[in-house]
Amino acid sequence: MNFIPPKPLSIRLQSCAKTFADGVRVLEPLDLHINAGETLVLLGPSGCGKTTTLRLIAGLEQPDVGGKVLFDDEDVTPQSIEARNVGMVFQSYALFPNMTVAENIGYGLRIRRLPTAEQRSRISEMLSMMRIEKLADRHIDQLSGGQRQRVALARALAVRPRALLLDEPLTALDAQLRESLRVEINLLLRRLGITTIYVTHDQTEAMALGDRIIVMSHGRVEQTGTPREIYHQPASAFVANFIGTMNQMHGEMKNGGFACAAGLLRWPGKATAANELLFRPEDVSVVAEHEAADLVGTVAAAFFIGDRTRLFVDVGDKQPLVVESMARCTLQPGQQVRLQVDPRGLLAL
Amino acid sequence: MFMPNRKILFRLQLAFTLAVCAFLVVPVVLSILAGLTVNYFAGLSSGLTLRWVFAVWDGYRDTIFLSLGIALACLLITLLLGVPTAYVLARSRNRMSRLIEELLVLPIAMPGLATALALIATYGTLGGFRTSWAFILIGHVLFTLPFMVRSVLAVLSAIDLKTLEEGAASLGAGFRQRFFDIVLPNCRNGILAGSLMVVTLSMGEFNMTWLLHTPLTKTLPVGLADAYASLRLEIGSAYTLIFFLMIVPLLLAMQTISRPRTTRFISDDPDNTLDILPVPETKK
Amino acid sequence: MMLLLLPAAIFFVAFFVLPMCRLFLVGGSGTTGWAAYAAIVTDTGHFNALLATLGVAAATTVAALLISGIAGVFLQRHKFPGNTALVAMLTLPLAFPGVVIGFMVIMLAGRQGLIGVITQALTGDKLVFAYSLAGLFMGYVYFSIPRTILTVMSATEKLDPRLEEAARSLGASPWRVMIDVIVPGLKPAFISAGAICFATAVGAFGTAFTLATRINVLPMVIYTEFTLSANIAMASALSFVLGAVTWLVLALARSAAGSTVAAAG
Repeated sequence: MNFIPPKPLSIRLQSCAKTFADGVRVLEPLDLHINAGETLVLLGPSGCGKTTTLRLIAGLEQPDVGGKVLFDDEDVTPQSIEARNVGMVFQSYALFPNMTVAENIGYGLRIRRLPTAEQRSRISEMLSMMRIEKLADRHIDQLSGGQRQRVALARALAVRPRALLLDEPLTALDAQLRESLRVEINLLLRRLGITTIYVTHDQTEAMALGDRIIVMSHGRVEQTGTPREIYHQPASAFVANFIGTMNQMHGEMKNGGFACAAGLLRWPGKATAANELLFRPEDVSVVAEHEAADLVGTVAAAFFIGDRTRLFVDVGDKQPLVVESMARCTLQPGQQVRLQVDPRGLLAL
Repeated sequence: MFMPNRKILFRLQLAFTLAVCAFLVVPVVLSILAGLTVNYFAGLSSGLTLRWVFAVWDGYRDTIFLSLGIALACLLITLLLGVPTAYVLARSRNRMSRLIEELLVLPIAMPGLATALALIATYGTLGGFRTSWAFILIGHVLFTLPFMVRSVLAVLSAIDLKTLEEGAASLGAGFRQRFFDIVLPNCRNGILAGSLMVVTLSMGEFNMTWLLHTPLTKTLPVGLADAYASLRLEIGSAYTLIFFLMIVPLLLAMQTISRPRTTRFISDDPDNTLDILPVPETKK
Repeated sequence: MMLLLLPAAIFFVAFFVLPMCRLFLVGGSGTTGWAAYAAIVTDTGHFNALLATLGVAAATTVAALLISGIAGVFLQRHKFPGNTALVAMLTLPLAFPGVVIGFMVIMLAGRQGLIGVITQALTGDKLVFAYSLAGLFMGYVYFSIPRTILTVMSATEKLDPRLEEAARSLGASPWRVMIDVIVPGLKPAFISAGAICFATAVGAFGTAFTLATRINVLPMVIYTEFTLSANIAMASALSFVLGAVTWLVLALARSAAGSTVAAAG
């Protein structure tokens, strides 16, 4: 592949807030730094401000007075999107219905008035990179969702953009297609080494694709970190509950352990006054009669998922515990179950 | 209670529809025949002839050309005024644009007489203007502009214009490029349908034109009214025949345009470009 | 972007808004002054013309909606060979000027008209009604059918078939489906098509003009005031009132049917 991306770009947002014409403030002042070549994921529920942030970077919106957008230390805030040379992939792909696939991909090159020969060679390079050579002369309404996705990516990359901005590109596709395209996009981004900002509400996508993730809610940043940091060390209750499933147990610290209704959790960390501990379902395991157990509870429901069995266990707390067990678990609702919690997975917020 | 079964219901409705069609078509046929008969009062037995048609052509050729000219000029102006208006209305869906849409519809809501009288009252004293065909043209544009706007707006509203334009902008296209590369090609059908509508309506407009015209600026429908009032029925019918010949192709073209095109969706990917992970061999 | 509206806006203000204001003023500038605006009710002749106009327009609307409703839904729902031809025939008179319509009426109901010939053969009495309100009514129905049927057909196309399937799954007969699902679903289209039909019939001139100056509808009164009596003030006042009435009808229909009302195509 002879696609050589330009030198990767670093992007910085300084005090960027956004208030819309109707007075609604969708983004609180935000400071953001995106390293050259990294894939940054903006993750959060709808309305959290992630798309607005992306559009500020793209130049489709202007930040409120005082906000600045910098590309490699150059202030690009006054520039609108036409001048910023970023590649953008929209949720609905925004492919031009009046042009063929090849014409769509070549549109940005046509605007830049590249010589025809070079336009043609770049278009075929993109077609082969996204493996859609056979679709070159098709019209948009003859393409499936996955095919449109590839054309949109090819079109954005054809102009050799300084950064790649993706706004929920996989949301419109079915689950299986989403998964396979997610892998493909991941490989592509690693290969290209281009600075990428990826917006999604799907946390599995976020963790699979991001070098770093920024979790947002109500126009504010909740936490910034690598996928593992976000998952294992959530900084707030929101992040803890938004990413994966989180169990909550109430009780109080006593004699180096956390006493709760169903038993005693081993707490190896520093003494803390927390009356609530959090831990993931995969950190809980079902133990046999003769083994030591931290908690004892009653099975409320058991769901066979295929590769594992998910148990909902009553432990006398507000919510039942979610426990991931082996696929061949035979526990039935009403049965007593003995559980052990890995102390390394315990979190006190 | 009498509950007709489906087949009877179908037959009844079909009969009804055919009767309505007959009601609409038979007079047209009769009038065409009247224009081709030697003597209308004697009926078909007097023979068919083209002399009335030629008589109309000789006497009213200028009128017919003027009608055509006005219709084409009307088309040009409605395109120049209407397409940008439709674009603005499609992009900005706020209260202002709804108000504009309401205003645009007013000339159709008002009786043609009122619009014509209003124009005469305001500009009637400008002698040169009043007696030129431009005066009639103004009335026609007022009447047909909403149709062009609505036709183009309908097509533009059906596509996500904003995102398409943002996509083009992200690739570096400025406003003018976007308008000509993206907006115009995507409303081609609307422009075509609107154009046919404008030309057809302009050629057939009478209510306004009757008041706005002068003996030197007669359009086809005006000439038609003259012919009925003062000349033989056969001439009036022949004139109507010529009118039909001009307008029916346009109407048929409009109907062909408005028929929805079928798009072929090639959903299967025979070359499996979507498979990237090798499928693991399953143990047999 | 708003700049793009400028040419159309200028044209509109210059050739419609201004003239309409002027019309309003001229209406009050005649010998009777502003009383001219009340003349539509105070003058018996004018008042009768108003009633006749509204009456014919209302009758036309009802007839056109009924006919188009039946034929339109039928043609949209049943695809059979010849369907397209029938639709083409039904929408052909769309752009016929009133003069041609008037002539059609004469062809059917005039002294040598088809209906006259048929009735004479059947009953011995020749039925001639072209030159009366009945003939006008027939002419108005003639040009209203193409417009209303197009609206009805496109609205029928947009009906969600799943609503009817749901009704049928609950046991509704075709008659009940028609009454409970289809007609209510088409109500906005009927309202908008009916309003436009009414407005067009109220303001129609060419047909009445062709049939005879004897027919007493408002557009003819306006015309005679203007040309024969040279009373431009009265003509202006009457036409302004006529315009206001039609605009009111359309505005009411728009609020009743939602924002999908658009004037006839």
